[in-house]
Amino acid sequence: MTDVYQNRRWVIQYVVIAVIIVYVLRLFQIQVLSKNYQQLARNNVLREVTVFAPRGLIFDRKGRLIVDNQNEYDLWVVPSQVTAFDTAAFCALVGISDSLLRQNLLKAAAYSRYKPSLLLKGLSVEKYAAVQEELYLYPGFFGQVRTIRSYPYKAAAHLLGYIGEVNQRHIEQGGGYYRMGDYIGISGIEHSYENVLRGRKGSRFVLVDVHNREQGSFAEGRYDTAAIPGANLISTIDIELQQYGELLMQNKIGSIVALEPSTGEVLALVSSPNYDPALLTGMERTRNFQRLATDSLRPLFVRPLKAAYPPGSTFKPAMALTALKIGSITSTTEYTCPGAYVVGTLSVTCHHSGYVPDVATAIQHSCNSYFCHIFRKTVDDRRFAHVAQGLDQWKAILATLGIGERTGIDLPNEGYGFVPGSDYYNKLYGKNRWNSVTVISLGIGQGELGMTPLQLANMTAALANGGWWYTPHVVRSVQGSQERRLPTVVRHVMDLDTAHVNALRRGMFQVMEAGTGRWVRIPGVSSAGKTGTAENPHGRDHSLFIGFAPVDSPRIAIAVVVENAGWGASFAAPIASLMMEKYLNDTIAFQRRYLEQRMLEADLIP
Amino acid sequence: MTYHAARRPNQGIDWMLISLVLALMLVGLLAVYSTTAGEGSRFFDLTQMHGRQMIWILISLVVAGIIVLMDSKVFTVFAYPVYALMMLLLILVFVYGITVRGDTNWLALGPVRIQPSEFAKFATALALAKLMGSQNFNIRKLSMQVAALLILGLPAVLVLLQGDAGSAIVFASFALVLYRFGMSPFYMLAVFLFLLLTLLTIVVNQTTLILILFGLGALVIFLFRKNKSLTLTTILTLLLSLGYVFASHYVFEYLLEPHQQDRIRVLLGQQASAQDADYNVRQSKIAIGSGGFWGKGFLQGTLTRYNFVPEQSTDFIFCTIGEEFGFWGSTLLLLLFLATILRIIYLAQRQRSRFSMIYAYCVAAVLFFHVVINIGMTIGLMPVIGIPLPYVSYGGSSLVSFTILVFILIKLDGDRLAILR
Ligand SMILES: [Zn+2]
Repeated sequence: MTDVYQNRRWVIQYVVIAVIIVYVLRLFQIQVLSKNYQQLARNNVLREVTVFAPRGLIFDRKGRLIVDNQNEYDLWVVPSQVTAFDTAAFCALVGISDSLLRQNLLKAAAYSRYKPSLLLKGLSVEKYAAVQEELYLYPGFFGQVRTIRSYPYKAAAHLLGYIGEVNQRHIEQGGGYYRMGDYIGISGIEHSYENVLRGRKGSRFVLVDVHNREQGSFAEGRYDTAAIPGANLISTIDIELQQYGELLMQNKIGSIVALEPSTGEVLALVSSPNYDPALLTGMERTRNFQRLATDSLRPLFVRPLKAAYPPGSTFKPAMALTALKIGSITSTTEYTCPGAYVVGTLSVTCHHSGYVPDVATAIQHSCNSYFCHIFRKTVDDRRFAHVAQGLDQWKAILATLGIGERTGIDLPNEGYGFVPGSDYYNKLYGKNRWNSVTVISLGIGQGELGMTPLQLANMTAALANGGWWYTPHVVRSVQGSQERRLPTVVRHVMDLDTAHVNALRRGMFQVMEAGTGRWVRIPGVSSAGKTGTAENPHGRDHSLFIGFAPVDSPRIAIAVVVENAGWGASFAAPIASLMMEKYLNDTIAFQRRYLEQRMLEADLIP
Repeated sequence: MTYHAARRPNQGIDWMLISLVLALMLVGLLAVYSTTAGEGSRFFDLTQMHGRQMIWILISLVVAGIIVLMDSKVFTVFAYPVYALMMLLLILVFVYGITVRGDTNWLALGPVRIQPSEFAKFATALALAKLMGSQNFNIRKLSMQVAALLILGLPAVLVLLQGDAGSAIVFASFALVLYRFGMSPFYMLAVFLFLLLTLLTIVVNQTTLILILFGLGALVIFLFRKNKSLTLTTILTLLLSLGYVFASHYVFEYLLEPHQQDRIRVLLGQQASAQDADYNVRQSKIAIGSGGFWGKGFLQGTLTRYNFVPEQSTDFIFCTIGEEFGFWGSTLLLLLFLATILRIIYLAQRQRSRFSMIYAYCVAAVLFFHVVINIGMTIGLMPVIGIPLPYVSYGGSSLVSFTILVFILIKLDGDRLAILR
């Protein structure tokens, strides 16, 4: 056999060997030299799955569950796994319209054929139970559980606050804890106690296949961290009292703050108008939030903490207290009211006239003249070189009552209220160009003075206690913790003469016995209080009331503000008395049902 | 011929080549097992791919045994009839073909489904060996060239018409055989230029390409204006090229499926990497690259196990080996193929019959072409052309047909001393 092309055998062999060498080199390049592919492979198959920690629950002071976690289900779809199915039956089963189903399916397919897309959000547990039974008929669809907050009492929305998805700022300030899609407490207790309630989320590394389906844990879970559930909180709130307060305040604008004087515990914190806290959970959160945020009555505004009102006559006990403390008067300082306080061209009218034998009587009759008189006496006292010094001392004493300062309540965004000092008037009028007459309305709680309902209640609690108060707080303790109260709660002692405080309390007691509060006396309970009317340049005056009961060993101190309701005695006082009665007696006496009825039915929305 | 009857059928057969082929089959079986076996699945599970592959290996070995037992004269005598039968099967596909995984190139023979395009390879090799092995064959004669081209072209066209471009391209591998036995390398060059022109028609705008061709032609004519015959050749070449450009443009735009266009464009870097068409190659490279030097270990290949690589048990089986056995394993497999091909060439060279020798080169060429295209595509050096990795990829038709291909050679080789044709 002749083979004239014998040498071509070698050409072919060399070509074959050369190609194999090129391939081996290429393999060396992508397998050994390049580390890039290993990273890409890890990105492909390794997923860090967050294990969410269940958020802590919240109980009220009597152990009633007021914030719960509830499961909701979302329906997801992986378009590539979907086979032809009976759309009519599916729509009926899931409760989705045919057009919406089609629309969402198209959207999902456009997003990714292999990655899951959300089809329908927020199926209830009951609904999903029915859906799940037949879901096997529809490959490609699956449900995923999600936890949302639920509120068995539908109350205390402002106090409890709400949670929402973190934003960029939360992520940056969260110390690396938060990631996109995490939830965080945005207001109320949810915000203040975020670190306690959230627990610590864990993470799990899982291998996924090309369709993002879990295939198992990575490295036997060596790198996984377990989630630590959030701690439960025991709130100081009496949820039934809270509900009752919200009921009384329906169709009114204003606040109720009720404290337990001996502990500073907040019993109720009503901000009206309010809203169902469930509105800000789950699927409709964003839409509801928009609606609430644009409501002209500002239901999201936490009035008890932020709204500052001139305290009016409710300020008078505090005014007397500053005078007594400075020593410009004694508890038996007397004064004869001519029906108005007149200095030069200035005249402050008084609703009463006649002889006032002491401070208690002045409080009982709410004598404007008396308080104008002692205000001037105080700031112009000879101990002070100048009225500015007197005013600042006056302001400093008010601060020890928590007036003009933050009380330090464990809720976010507390307001300061406002107590003007000499700086303020120096700026307003010029130095030495104002005197005690210029600022005399401060003496009767008007003028620039502003107090939040919380400050009013706190001041009342301090008076009820006889000169000391605990930082008001809405959380008593973390469940399971040994601490009796949280370290943020501090006892403020004001160093007062007991006789002085007793004089003020006697005055407030007489208000209820024989003064403006007499018609809202609580049967069987001795109470003390003070009505007030805050001048409102924009409309009808605001109705104010502060009070505590029982007088001998106060268990509740309360402040009520009802906007545009006129006299303090008209609405604030009855509402406060009903609250106190409800808390102390657990029920409203029969003869006061008409009063309760009137309060419930009153509509004071301007 | 006289001692023919005295010989045992298995006498003189090349155990070295058989060992290499069996080793490849074993690698393939393990790789298929790795891609299909889930947690807790048994090795002997006939409902799984690896179980079926095992059956196909057994069938292949039975077929191999039958071939070894046959009289080697059969292959020369029936070379053309076998070829004719296979062409008939290919034509029958147009009538009775069934579609499996998107390709309509299957025939159902009772419970078994086969791909005639796979079996056309050994039949074509036999026919080509028969033609070129005949005493009066002269590759320089045009009639002979046309005859050889017809033998190769007929199955190629039939397979192409079934939409299986990958298998059709395989028939180009026989060019290597033509070259070995005297075909002018200029033909190879011409073929190469044609391929280049084909690429340019896809890459470059048609008008631009025509202008470039005219420019080049004018330049050649101007530079060699003294040489009349070259001018004529240039003009002819130019006309041919233009015709070809139009034709291939037409083929690319109107005859190729969109996914085939995509694959070609991705190879040429004409398509964004995020496109779906590029996904296979990307995932395949990631899987192989993530194997590193030592690999992730048998059954530990996360990417191939979790289906990131498409067609990973068939066309992309090499990914599993690359990922689980790393650089050393993939290199070993490449060397296994190299050894097999070199062994076949070695066997070819020791044949005394021209038929056997040519057939042996056909086997080497087809194997080499499959290996180069298949592994080349998984590591991004070749376009994505769906042809299996011989003996390794999952699939009965491919396995049996490659077994027949190589065992005919083994039988011919075993009888090399006994017969002289
Ligand atoms: Zn008076």
